[in-house]
Amino acid sequence: MTMAANLTDLTLAEARDGLVARRFSAIELTDAHVAAVEAGRPLNAFITETPDAARAAAAESDRRIAAGEARPLEGLPLAIKDLFCTAGVPTTAGSHILDGFKPPYESTVTANLWQAGAVMLGKVNLDEFAMGSSNMTSYHGPVENPWRRRGDNRPLTPGGSSGGSAAAVAARMALGATGTDTGGSIRQPAAFCGIVGIKPTYGRCSRWGIVAFASSLDQAGPMARTVRDAAILLREMAGHDPKDSTSVALPVPDFEKTLDQGVKGLRIGIPKEYRIAGTPPEIEALWQQGIAWLKDAGAEPVEVSLPHARFALPTYYIIAPAEASSNLARYDGVRFGLRVPGQTLDEMYENTRAAGFGAEVRRRVLIGTYVLSAGYYDAYYLKAQRVRARIVEDFRNAFEKVDAILTPATPSAAFGLDDKQDDPIAMYLNDVFTVTANLAGLPGLSVPGGLSAEGLPLGLQVLGRAFDEETVLRVGRQIEKAAGFTAKPAMAGGAA
Amino acid sequence: MAIDSQTVAHIARLARIKVTDEEKAALAGELSTILQWIEQLDEVDTAGVEPVASVVDAVLPWRADVVSDGGQAEKVLANAPDGVPGFFAVPKVVE
Repeated sequence: MTMAANLTDLTLAEARDGLVARRFSAIELTDAHVAAVEAGRPLNAFITETPDAARAAAAESDRRIAAGEARPLEGLPLAIKDLFCTAGVPTTAGSHILDGFKPPYESTVTANLWQAGAVMLGKVNLDEFAMGSSNMTSYHGPVENPWRRRGDNRPLTPGGSSGGSAAAVAARMALGATGTDTGGSIRQPAAFCGIVGIKPTYGRCSRWGIVAFASSLDQAGPMARTVRDAAILLREMAGHDPKDSTSVALPVPDFEKTLDQGVKGLRIGIPKEYRIAGTPPEIEALWQQGIAWLKDAGAEPVEVSLPHARFALPTYYIIAPAEASSNLARYDGVRFGLRVPGQTLDEMYENTRAAGFGAEVRRRVLIGTYVLSAGYYDAYYLKAQRVRARIVEDFRNAFEKVDAILTPATPSAAFGLDDKQDDPIAMYLNDVFTVTANLAGLPGLSVPGGLSAEGLPLGLQVLGRAFDEETVLRVGRQIEKAAGFTAKPAMAGGAA
Repeated sequence: MAIDSQTVAHIARLARIKVTDEEKAALAGELSTILQWIEQLDEVDTAGVEPVASVVDAVLPWRADVVSDGGQAEKVLANAPDGVPGFFAVPKVVE
């Protein structure tokens, strides 16, 4: 194995320690990843590659390491979801309507990462405006999952919306990536690509500078190959930001420190409503295996009830489109991005938005406009907000009895990019296990648990109390240890 | 609730998205299917339940009423698809 292949196979924690011990340089580490990004182009994970800026940042990291001034993420190459505004670097949100947009400012989360010494490899692909579970709604084309079914070379979805992030990390193109999660957009692609992803508590990370989808649900989080790596990244991404009034002024714990404290004595909730008819037996089997792993490690499984969980998806499909229809009103062809001319100002708006938004975004903006429109606001929007209150209450009751909740991450393994996807509701069901955490604002982590019969990764989900990511990560770490998930995708480190 | 082409035309107008007559018919079907699926929420008893707009309990913070940013017209205008120097330009709105 070459040195370069070795470097892209390191975990983020190993790379961090190797840099500080001077076993290799930040330039060598970045060059190895830049080469992997180039070799991995057939996956279509990156929309914009920034190798020159990456090398310049790595050179600065080498200088700092030599001077004994290494920061927490010094010299570690990351992929950034193209929903985070990055100063001077095109930011597309996977949409045609943001053609040519170069933000004059940096999102708080990415600014925090650069402040901590991380290196940006480029901007990664996503469903348009983060609306999707397959990466198939991106204007820049779908991303391919680096995994393949055993004995079957047909391309699979990496999941979505953070599909480029998940594919880049799984394929060893980046040590870690940023994602965002509005209904499952970190956890579902993490599960489909066999990596770890955590959506922290709403308010843990600043939303400032992240292209808004549904503001009461959106939250940024890290995606990485180990729970430890996710913990390291989350600590640097998180924190109070006066520019986001919903970001919370709480201290950010050193998540890595408490990671290995085990689960002895923890009560783990098993929600009975998550047994859904039609879920493949191997998903149910993995769930039971996860319960057994935690029990073996000294945790106590406790059945809990989330009676309104089954209403979470329809609730989400009122609230998220309503907020999106409002947030996406800014794309008007006047101040940035695409403009399609018209005779009048209104015609210019209508032409621009018809050409600039893809089918799924248009569908959601129209649904959102409808549920907010005169005569329907109470029946749909207020009703959904009331059901949301019920869902919040369900979790409050459950967390009086348990310290964390264990569920499957997704109702299936990754599906084929060629599988017919003409039923929007069937696609929405991808988020059936993840969406509750967004509505309740709670932290949720997806961790690989094993492989399906076809050889594809399957994930388990750990949910926790608000601002208790420490317990969520601890439980995730225990599952990771028990699962011993070492399988690698067909395409990793650029090698097919 | 089923949505017809006329309703699609109305909400598309509110959302400022141009849709062709063919698209209206297709969208009417798609949106009706989604709305019918959403209407299962009617099963939930929400009498007396306060709607939740945000899960963050905190009261919105105050800040000092001072200018903290500004003087960046060039940066603000840099991404405009059609710019007369110093302005955003749009089709004529007054005769």
